[in-house]
Amino acid sequence: MAGITSYGAYIPRYRLGKETAGWGLPVEKPVCNFDEDSLTMAVAAGMDCIEGLDRNAVDGLFFATTTSPYIEKQGASIVAAAVDLGRNIVTNDVTNSLRAGTLAMRSALDAIAAGSAKQVMVTVADCRMGAPGTEVDQASGDGAGALLFGDKGVIANVVGSYSVSDEMLDVWRAAGDANVRTWEDRFVLETGYLKILPEAVSGLMNKLNISPKDITKAAYYGPNPRRHGEIARRLGLDPQTQVQDPLFGQMGNTGAAYSIMLLIAALEEAKAGDKILLASYGDGADAYLLEVTKEIEKFGPKRGIKRNLETKRIRKSVGVKGAAMQGLDGSPPSVSARWRQRESIDRLHGAKCLSCGLVQYPPQRVCSKCHTKDQWETVRLSDKKGKIFTFSLDYLVPGADRPLAITIIDFEGGGRGLFMMTDREIEDVQCEAPVEMSFRKLRSSGGVHNYYWKPIPVRF
Amino acid sequence: MESIKDRVAIVGMGCSKFGERWDTGTDDLLVESCYEAFEDAGIESKDIQAAWIGTQNQMSGQVLAQAIKTEYIPITRIENFCATATDAMMNACFAVAAGIYDLVLVAGVEKLKDSGVGFLTGGGGQPSAQVTAPVPPPAQFALAANRYFYRYGLSYEEGKRLLAMISVKNHHNGSLNPKAHFQREITIEQAINAPIQAYPLGLYDCCGVSDGSAAAIITTEENAKNFRDDYILVKGFGLAVAGGQGMLRDYYDFTHFDETRHASRVAYQSAGITNPREEVDLAIVHDCFSITELIIYEDMQWSKEGGAREDIESGFFTLEGGLPVNTDGGLKCFGHPIGASGLRMIYEVYKQLQGKADQRQIKNPRLGLTHNLGGAPGSFTCAVSIWGCRD
Repeated sequence: MAGITSYGAYIPRYRLGKETAGWGLPVEKPVCNFDEDSLTMAVAAGMDCIEGLDRNAVDGLFFATTTSPYIEKQGASIVAAAVDLGRNIVTNDVTNSLRAGTLAMRSALDAIAAGSAKQVMVTVADCRMGAPGTEVDQASGDGAGALLFGDKGVIANVVGSYSVSDEMLDVWRAAGDANVRTWEDRFVLETGYLKILPEAVSGLMNKLNISPKDITKAAYYGPNPRRHGEIARRLGLDPQTQVQDPLFGQMGNTGAAYSIMLLIAALEEAKAGDKILLASYGDGADAYLLEVTKEIEKFGPKRGIKRNLETKRIRKSVGVKGAAMQGLDGSPPSVSARWRQRESIDRLHGAKCLSCGLVQYPPQRVCSKCHTKDQWETVRLSDKKGKIFTFSLDYLVPGADRPLAITIIDFEGGGRGLFMMTDREIEDVQCEAPVEMSFRKLRSSGGVHNYYWKPIPVRF
Repeated sequence: MESIKDRVAIVGMGCSKFGERWDTGTDDLLVESCYEAFEDAGIESKDIQAAWIGTQNQMSGQVLAQAIKTEYIPITRIENFCATATDAMMNACFAVAAGIYDLVLVAGVEKLKDSGVGFLTGGGGQPSAQVTAPVPPPAQFALAANRYFYRYGLSYEEGKRLLAMISVKNHHNGSLNPKAHFQREITIEQAINAPIQAYPLGLYDCCGVSDGSAAAIITTEENAKNFRDDYILVKGFGLAVAGGQGMLRDYYDFTHFDETRHASRVAYQSAGITNPREEVDLAIVHDCFSITELIIYEDMQWSKEGGAREDIESGFFTLEGGLPVNTDGGLKCFGHPIGASGLRMIYEVYKQLQGKADQRQIKNPRLGLTHNLGGAPGSFTCAVSIWGCRD
């Protein structure tokens, strides 16, 4: 039986919280830094998920979100390259619905069941676009999850699923709209969420001939704490023991990623034999039943939800999302020049000289040390830790991230590069300070989102 | 391989006023320096057989012909980052030494102040993937400063004070030079407390941005006496061009510059110098930033590795010291019009060796050198030239 063989997650380090000027709520929520978006978060979750596993064994990657950087141009192919998967895979974006994550999951499971793929990774990420101050904005957090599906080494089997398609305008955003729109919430909730999600869960229970008491933990979508709690009552679940903490006040509603991130949080605490209900809502509802296997005992540790939530920094002020992005101006790349260097840019591949062993970044034709020509093996630097060899803090370059932290990074195992450091406080930028790499949106210009790797202070 | 030593002589030089020359263009700057050089050598422009022009922003040899109206003579334009003018001089000297020409003009020029901004805008370059960090020059050299402080255990305050002493020295020298852009003294406190450009480098750790031009007339050693008695002779050149070694080799330490070591070794050998600290009488070096001058002291073998502090604090490189450096005020006071700087440096050595450096004249110099460094730590182009009095 196919199921989940690995998971990973990413939650931005920066949070709005009590100490944040202009936030004004007693709860915390994670927010993307100026150079993060759904795609970069999906990469981080994917890297967590694949860590220690064979990348070449993955046959497909899906990227699920309502906030893909391009309207025409796949995000999944960028995520797959950054995660450093092979070429002979199927990539697909699943978008436009808050249910995108669980729909992508369905496609992955179907592909494995049909025998067209053995392992498929589903990455899901969202940055909800609520207008500042609205409930959508206040209840939402930014985050990402990743699940690897397969039929070997399964930690949670997918026992069954049930889907409902339901057409209504409850929450929507037309092309070009800056913010999510909603109809009056009593209508939206009474006729949508509170009715349709239970319909899918009931359908699943009938199909599998189980009752609410059989559920160990229920991980499901909710727009806010009150309505999330109401679902538990309607389903007959004990909110104290049977419901996965929805993490409002720490993580918030992460949109299309929400239910899957709650599933990952549930898996972090699960034991063999646990039955986990997963349910999501958006243009209908999906419900899944998963059964945790003995494999869970030797699984991990992953960065997951818990450790991501623990490693945080509270922002001093709210800032304005749009204005912060001004720091990403600059010339658009020469697309052909960037394409030639795609392995070193997207995958952060360096090369190790087969003759003298020196790791060099970016890859060269002729070795800088021993001058041997064209004798290299690829070295992935994106998952290597490193140290700041030296740095400067530049106050001249305009942008959102002044002073710009320019760092010379020496990677564990060899290799050196010059990078712009991010997620940093001034005191993080020191000679010999430990860093790890993070995929970020470097610039957006001329319709091109130019992604590249940046060092961040070691987080885990 | 033969040495260039004593085979070529400078018989005339000119140097424009450096500064924010709003009322002069590239043409005017070249006319100013070249006509001073013609007059100094006692020749006219029609006497020139060939010319080399160093410039980063202007394309082709035509820029010189258009300014001084030469008639179809060979003119070669050279660009090699901040070593541009010195490289032009070296190639011109090689042509004269080879016996191809007898009388050659070498000029360098840069008009930087038409860019609309107060910093170097660079050459633009090829379209690229646009993923490399924007690293303006102050940030490039801050990479060296921060590692130097770290390596030698200097606190921010100690390091800043040391760097400030270099800037104060150069401003003092510049205050004695009517051709300098900046002609006023500064204090240690001013230098330390100036706004940070790229940590730890502040405003007074950075050289200015100026317009300027300089020019030289060169001939063979045999012909030199037909022009003047106090000609000066070439003793050696060194040119070292890197290919990104410091970034590709993760063992490069950022506290020394291999390019300076290579170029100076070749130049010293040509000039027969075995003890540079004792034998060199003055040096005009590439103080684009205060930290650069500090590292140059060590790479040129005037100070021990890590020993620059002792020599700075003892005043070894001041006008009255054992080896005066940047007697004219350096890039700190002249600014750095890229294509002109190398020849501006040679102009100061020429004047000092002739005893014509007025208020900043040092005592009886016999041997002087110039040093240029272009690029960034990890990948520089470095040129060194050494000049001496006739016997």
